[in-house]
Amino acid sequence: MKSVIVGCGRVGATLAEALDALGHEVVVIDIRTSAFDRLSSSFRGSAIRGDGTDEDVLRRAGVEGADFFIALTEGDNRNVMAAQIAARVFGVPRVVAKINDPVRADAYATLGIATLCRTNLMVDAIYEYLGYPRQHPPGVVRPVTGEPVPGGTAPGGTSSQEA
Amino acid sequence: MFVIVVGGGKVGYYLTKELIESGHEVVLLEKDPGRASQIADEIGSVVLARDGCEGKYLAEAGANRADIVAAVTGDDEDNLVICQMAKHHFSVPRTIARVNNPKNEHLFRQLGVDEIISPTRMILGSIEQDIPVHELLHLGALGGGELEIIEAHLQPGSPAVGRTPRELEIPEGCTLFAVVRDGVPTPLRPETVLRTGDKVIAIGRTECEALLHEQLIGEEPEIEPADAR
Repeated sequence: MKSVIVGCGRVGATLAEALDALGHEVVVIDIRTSAFDRLSSSFRGSAIRGDGTDEDVLRRAGVEGADFFIALTEGDNRNVMAAQIAARVFGVPRVVAKINDPVRADAYATLGIATLCRTNLMVDAIYEYLGYPRQHPPGVVRPVTGEPVPGGTAPGGTSSQEA
Repeated sequence: MFVIVVGGGKVGYYLTKELIESGHEVVLLEKDPGRASQIADEIGSVVLARDGCEGKYLAEAGANRADIVAAVTGDDEDNLVICQMAKHHFSVPRTIARVNNPKNEHLFRQLGVDEIISPTRMILGSIEQDIPVHELLHLGALGGGELEIIEAHLQPGSPAVGRTPRELEIPEGCTLFAVVRDGVPTPLRPETVLRTGDKVIAIGRTECEALLHEQLIGEEPEIEPADAR
């Protein structure tokens, strides 16, 4: 399995190491070299400095032929764009974009992108802790329309195992 | 017409001003409050100090009844999201995006943006018209960007030299319609034998470009990537 991660923040770096430990071939992309300090010395994958919304950078990172692509930068729009390049230009079968704005996350779920909304996830976690029912589907929200995700469950369903 | 302009940089500012002067109804969304109030002082209360990438604020600006949304911020990813939200969330009939990286033009089109304006491509095109290069030159776009007018300057070694258009494998959806020889343009006939130095003018769908390149310029040379390690 080959996985490409855009954004080497806490989540990106932790996920990169976890997938590396599972035996994935992992490539992490970040615009700042200093972000790669978060990766431990035992990380066997590669780290590429560049703009994850630039087609050339993604090609250099080997997104063509990747099985899994996840965009985790702090910019919702960057993530949306990177994810769409991965899916449309490079045909990556499983693509997830982190979109922290719940409205945009909803909108893109109907546009065929699997999304991960930190805002909704955290609000739900706190709701559950306080004993209230959660307000959103858990985990990665699969697109409600568009092409089915290969290897995935029915569109509109959810899975918390993907990320 | 009711136009929503997103991005209050130089482009957004002058665009808004011109549109108002031509009698259109305009709302400008600029997320930086300082810049927004500066523009409002100059051109009046058409400015909303909000982030146009957020659905909530597009709605507030009246995206539900907008005829056109023009995304002219300096960031391609923002312009893409603004147009996609406008198109798919608010059913705006016409979306226009400014694109900085020319490589994003095709992607934006594929992702449903109606019109794409690329200042980089325009300047590039203008420079390339003056410099002989072994490439296809883009002279202009038609049909909302689906069709391109292309010029090929035939160099020695071009597979088209010494052959007629009839003998070439011209991709479907593409026509060679004129040749400029010694500065004189003439219609290109199927039996015209092409020569070195000819400028062949073609019109075709954007996706035909690679095949056209092969037929008129030749195989792309192997170029070592500058960042090869």
